[in-house]
This record gives sequence, structure tokens and C-alpha cells, in this order.
Amino acid sequence: MIFVSVARFWRKQVHRYNLIGTYCKECGEYYYPPRNMCPTCRRDGKLESYKFSGNGEIVTYTIIHTAAEGFEHQTPYVLAIVKLDEGPRLTSQIVVEPGEIKIGMRVKPVFRKLGESGNRGMIYYGTKFIPEYE
Amino acid sequence: MRDVAIIGVKSTNIGEMWERSFRDIFVEAGIGALKDAGVSGEDINSMYVGNMSGGQFVDQEHIGALIADYSGLARNLHVPAVRVEAACASGGLALRQGILAIASGHEDIVVAAGVEKMTDISASSASTALAAAADREWEGIMGATFPGLYALIARLHIHRYGTTSEQLAEVAVKNHFNGSMNPIAQYKNRINVDTVLNSIMVADPLHIFDCSPISDGASALVLAPAEIAHEYTDTPIYIKASAQASDTIALHDRRDITTLDATVAAAKKAYKMARVTPEDIDLIEVHDCFTIAEICAIEDLGFAKKGEGGKVTTEGETAIDGRIPVNTSGGLKACGHPVGATGIKQAVEITQQLRGEAGKRQVDGAEIGMTHNVGGSGATAVIHIFSRNR
Repeated sequence: MIFVSVARFWRKQVHRYNLIGTYCKECGEYYYPPRNMCPTCRRDGKLESYKFSGNGEIVTYTIIHTAAEGFEHQTPYVLAIVKLDEGPRLTSQIVVEPGEIKIGMRVKPVFRKLGESGNRGMIYYGTKFIPEYE
Repeated sequence: MRDVAIIGVKSTNIGEMWERSFRDIFVEAGIGALKDAGVSGEDINSMYVGNMSGGQFVDQEHIGALIADYSGLARNLHVPAVRVEAACASGGLALRQGILAIASGHEDIVVAAGVEKMTDISASSASTALAAAADREWEGIMGATFPGLYALIARLHIHRYGTTSEQLAEVAVKNHFNGSMNPIAQYKNRINVDTVLNSIMVADPLHIFDCSPISDGASALVLAPAEIAHEYTDTPIYIKASAQASDTIALHDRRDITTLDATVAAAKKAYKMARVTPEDIDLIEVHDCFTIAEICAIEDLGFAKKGEGGKVTTEGETAIDGRIPVNTSGGLKACGHPVGATGIKQAVEITQQLRGEAGKRQVDGAEIGMTHNVGGSGATAVIHIFSRNR
């Protein structure tokens, strides 16, 4: 099973649901996933919480046919690196027909189920993306 | 710092070895390397063992002690053994730790080894275990697989540089050809471009034949200070450089998705340390966990311009008789990829080549060789340069 434990998921739940990352007032860089130390300024950084709009574009993508454990019923699914307009990149699924996905495509965020731990386990939610024109 | 030499090597057969255990294969590699070097257990000061995930693959941690024990080096001799982990670069790092131990003057005769037993669990569980080399919380949880991450690199490489699926396939074709001449290789069958393109798609644009297999295997090296290496062998192989570099754990955080900056940084250090340039290198074993990884590697190591790795491969420049032979062993693709052993297995191949003992895959007149071992999607890179001459 590829999913993490309940506590481990819960600790970053607010960041996953709302695309909350960090902004460094020292160097002006944005980070998602959130950082607790600025990778550029290190100890001199001044990080604060930042909510991303979630608009961005596809940097690169793949269509997964052999799934990770827990994702078998979703195949084929589109996985991509999305560059948010503020600069940082993240990995997410794109809810789109595999034939429609293109590098450079504009996307926006949607709240979606990521998966579940068996029939009785926890259901994991998070942010996926859809084409901006939808 | 003292110079270091390899005085003994051994790799087991690589493949699905359901009849053999983690312990069996490790002991075979260790004994083989000691025999090759002509040293006995009493001579060994310490062992460094690359192992990515005994915990996930065989539910066993405390790998160093287990190996010392089953090698007969624990109960009476109490030889210290250290497990080294950096995902698929664990073996390369174990070699580096062994080199540092001797170079510092702290130890003399050291075993640097690697072992992985991956087929005791299902292929899907093994894939999940391997995905732990990426960022579980921000890549894995979104459904990223390892082939998926390298497919993200491949798709952008194709988009930017016009690399084709045929060019990717040519890497697998070459490595299977080389593997067909390697007695230990997991796959000895020769294939063609259509074999790759007609195989099932794993993560578009990567087919199953673009991917290295899940493998069992172990490899071991015996290292000694260069000044005494000739007491053990007529053909010591000297370590000219050992360099390592890190990058972000997640692919999405890299400066450039199609460049492994850790490879670039480690190569720069290694060339400087060995006082050579890519033109001086006679052959290389690179980390071709996927076909696109070999193309990026030859670019990032300076053997092809960025974007021309596919073209160079198709033109035969990386074949055994080409300008720069790449993966004469068959690489991870055909020789196999027992993850923790891979970095050591690469060094065994280069040693055999530089000794002139590589049989049908021998590169004529090979004097200087190099290994390139990567952890994860590029978060760790470790490079070694080897020479026949001190």
C-alpha cells in the first residue's frame, strides 16, 4: 500500500486540501509542498504560510498503465508535474482524458479523492487538477 | 590520503533466484571476492554493505551484522560491518565508504559489497518498496510509480529535444546485446527496436522493455591500500576518483527536470580528482534503470551534448566497439538491477574490463573506466573512476 499512516496524512491535511505552502520573505521564493526551512536562505530565511490559487501549467506528464499499489482501479491515469503561477512545481494527477493532456496546458485545482486504505480504512482526499477551460 | 586499489571481485548470477536466499547470495559474492584477492577472513578490517531495503524486501534489518555472521566473520573475528543505504545508489556509496576508510589510513583490507533479494515479495509490493526512494508524501501518495517518474523525464526530453521512442528503444537493444555476452546477466536474449515498441506500456512513453527488472543478486569487492596491492594481485585496479552529490528528493523540485544535477556535480568533482576529461574515459557503466536514464546519464556525464543522447546511441557510439562503450555488462536493463548491489556490480564489470577479463564483451585496450550509480530519480549520484595504472 502506497498510502501513509493516518497521523502522517493528517499532519499535512490542511496543506493538501487547500494548497497551502510557504513563502520566504527573505528571498521571495514560494514553496509547495511546504518547507520548514527555506532551501535557499536556510537559517536566514523568513518563512510564512501561503495559500496558492492553484492555477498553473503542465510541465511534463505521463499516463500510468501499471499502477502503484492502491491505484490499480484508476488506470490509466494521468500523472503530471504542474508549475504553479507563483513558481513552485508539484506532482499530481490530472483529471482529463489521456488523449487530451499536453505540455503547456493551463490547469486549475479540484478537490478529489486520492484513494482509500481498503474497504473499511481511511479515505484520502487531496488536490488534483483539471484543464482551465473546464 | 592514501591511494586505494581493488584486489578482488565477484558478482553472483543476477536474476530471479527463488531457490536461493538473501544469505546464500551474499556469502557467494563475499567468498568469491576473497578468493579472487587471495585474502582470508583474518585479514579483513571491516565491511561496508550496500542494501536498499532488507526491511521491505525480506523483513530483515541489521544487515551488517547478519552478513558478518553468515560470512563467518562475526563469532570469532568480530569484524565490524556497516550497512550503507541510498536507495539504488547504496552499492556505490558502500564502495565510497570502503575507499574513505582505507584512504584515511584507518583501515587496510576492506570488503565493499552490495546485496538485494527482491523476488521474495510480489512484483507490486517490490514496486511499492522501490517507490520509497522517491518522496512518499508528495509523489507516491499521488500515484507516482518509479517508471512514472522517469516517464515524466522522458516525456519532457522528447518534447524539448525531439528524442524518439525508437531512440529510447535502442538503449535497451544495445544493453540486451551486451548482456547476451555476460554469463551473469539476468537477460541474455537479444531484442530489436520492435520488441521494445510492441511491449506493454508501463508509464507512457516507457514500455516494459524500457525498464530494468526486479532482480536478486550480490556483488563484492576487496579493497587495499595501493602501496601493498601488488602483494595480492598482478592486476590491481586503482581508484582514481570517488565523488558523490545530492539533489532534491522529489523530481518536481529539481532545477531542470531533464538534467540530473547530482550527476553533473559528482562528475565534475570526479573528473577533477582523477585529472581526466570525458575524452580520457575508455568505458562507462551508467545507471540505466530506464532507457531514458542512460540517455540523460551520457549527456550529464559529458559524453553527448544535452539533447543528443538518443542520437548518439542510435549512431552506435555507445556500443562496445563505439566511441564510448556504455554498459558493456548489459547494464541495469539486461544484466539486472538488484538495487543495493548495483553500484558494486558496476565496479566488478569495470575491474574485469580493465584487467582484460571481460571475454566477448572486452573493450580493446581499456585503461580507464567509470561507474555512475544513482539513487531515486536523481537525489543521489555517486561516480567512481578506475585505472589500470597508478
